[in-house]
Amino acid sequence: MAIEVRIPTILRTYTDGAKQVEATGSTLGELLADLDSRHGGLRDRLVDGGGLRRFVNVYLNDEDVRFLEGLDTPVKDGDTVTVLPAVAGGALFI
Amino acid sequence: MLSISRDLHDKIVAHARADHPDEACGVLAGPAGRECPERFIPMTNAARSPTFYEFDSTEQFRVWKEMDERDEEPVVIYHSHTATEAYPSRTDVSYAGEPGAHYVLVSTRDEDKTEFRSYRILDGQITEEPVTVVE
Repeated sequence: MAIEVRIPTILRTYTDGAKQVEATGSTLGELLADLDSRHGGLRDRLVDGGGLRRFVNVYLNDEDVRFLEGLDTPVKDGDTVTVLPAVAGGALFI
Repeated sequence: MLSISRDLHDKIVAHARADHPDEACGVLAGPAGRECPERFIPMTNAARSPTFYEFDSTEQFRVWKEMDERDEEPVVIYHSHTATEAYPSRTDVSYAGEPGAHYVLVSTRDEDKTEFRSYRILDGQITEEPVTVVE
């Protein structure tokens, strides 16, 4: 079972520069744990105590998983998971 | 340094003016590896705020996928400050997630004069760069 995971430039330090890696799992949460077993530290960039990090976008195929079931979103063979850092900022200090 | 056509420069300024007092934001896409901005892509500020901007996540996915298909990259990521200077804030630095991009800041705090400046933001460090507007 293989699910393709697309990694943004800023996180490729965890994948030895690879733009794309494979992982398995039946939910997004499981998939991220599987990913982390080969690319240690990557999961922490995507998830914190409360779930998916606020300024990281994770998509299952074309949909933001926040509109699906977050870490509980089911994933299957042939799916593509894409990670993009949110583009945000502004004068406000947060 | 950032070299940008008059047309693209003016489109960014017009966008910032149109959205004032909310912050405006967007991308200039260009062919991968060439650092040459070509395509103007204004983005929705999902925060619709005078002090914060955030790309709508679904729109960002669509735009990033399209750039990938066209073998482009985000050469410029721009946004405006509406009451402060055109200099990256701590928040701007915290969320600068595209190490290859030129971060353009525009300020619309003055009605008559628009500030337009460009920066590289790498590993939390801001480096201002000169902007050349090509007529």
